[in-house]
Amino acid sequence: MMTMKETLVTPIFRDNPIALQILGICSALAVTSSLQVTMVMCIALTSVVAFSSLFISAIRSQIPSSIRIIVQMTIIASLVIVVDQVLKAVAYDISKQLSVFVGLIITNCIVMGRAEAYAMKNPPLPSFVDGLGNGLGYSVVLLAVAFFRELFGSGKLFGIEILPLVTEGGWYNPNGLLLLPPSAFFLIGAFIWILRSVDKKQVEEPDFRIAKHTTAEEGA
Amino acid sequence: MEQYLSLFIRAVFIENMALAFFLGMCTFLAISKKVEAAIGLGIAVIVVLTITVPVNNLIYNYLLADGALAWAGLPDVDLSFLGLLSYIGVIAAIVQIMEMFLDKYVPVLYNALGVFLPLITVNCAILGGVLFMVERDYTFGESVVFGSGAGVGWALAIVALAGIREKLKYSDVPDGLQGLGITFITVGLMSLGFMSFGGMNL
Repeated sequence: MMTMKETLVTPIFRDNPIALQILGICSALAVTSSLQVTMVMCIALTSVVAFSSLFISAIRSQIPSSIRIIVQMTIIASLVIVVDQVLKAVAYDISKQLSVFVGLIITNCIVMGRAEAYAMKNPPLPSFVDGLGNGLGYSVVLLAVAFFRELFGSGKLFGIEILPLVTEGGWYNPNGLLLLPPSAFFLIGAFIWILRSVDKKQVEEPDFRIAKHTTAEEGA
Repeated sequence: MEQYLSLFIRAVFIENMALAFFLGMCTFLAISKKVEAAIGLGIAVIVVLTITVPVNNLIYNYLLADGALAWAGLPDVDLSFLGLLSYIGVIAAIVQIMEMFLDKYVPVLYNALGVFLPLITVNCAILGGVLFMVERDYTFGESVVFGSGAGVGWALAIVALAGIREKLKYSDVPDGLQGLGITFITVGLMSLGFMSFGGMNL
């Protein structure tokens, strides 16, 4: 039985939902061109994962297994509606920038994945902590990607100028590629590479290995 | 007619669901190791998108939008906050109905699609397509065209990626980049390629 602290910390680096479990990648790429928007997205997703795990786990013994997916979906969709309405009321501009991606939290595989894999089998409190941990693991990757994209793509962090741009009389020539969608793929690819170079256990086995070169004499 | 054609082309190439909006990424990366599987999943996505987007368009325009219930004598009711819940319900129901229908009448296709059908419920490309339709206020005709175009674009992208990955397994990739890492970088390069369609003005 894992302790609370382990449940919270493992998904952040060792078992990261994006880098290792390949969950919830869709929104990870689309909303990371500015830090402010990313931060809002992370808070929204973390609260949905944590609370959906809590509620699903609380009624887990009452849910018949044949209709469990639809029950989980209803709980998740209701939570997302709450988040969406709160965002529209409190931060209307950001909710416009996120456009469809708040709604897409419903189909974010992290939420469903944690509900299926953890919350259905564990009591409410650990499920809540597990949801929180996975939400934070997702946030770490997203914030790292957004940090690089905004800093080098437009020379700003949270909209505050850090590297003065050439166009405004400074010295930094912005790298336009980082504002375009493909850069997110490259950055996450690099993030996975670093993570797996540090923690060798996460390296995937290749399907096919190139055989060692042997000379004719050795073969004969 | 011309307007529908340009909408279709835009949905397939310029606003490609997978490579420009990153929707349906989870399944896109997980089920692209073999070309055959990718084709099966691609066809399933085309079919489901072509049906769900127009159906949700009708539901939005006649039940949920502001003032949409005027025909029932309730002109002041705005149910648009129930949108998310109804769209996902409709998608789940249609996937389930399709599964039963195909099982009974077209068993060949049912067997070919296999496990991919139920998986489609949680594919963000489907819900994403529906939400874009609502956000951009498409009419019924446009929503049919947009749904099928988005599906074709997604299918095209996953089949292309599967083709590349089949060749890629014979290459010598650094340890840490093996598997997922190199796939990400490949998709990034593909996405750069698709960005060249961005200059087209339709």
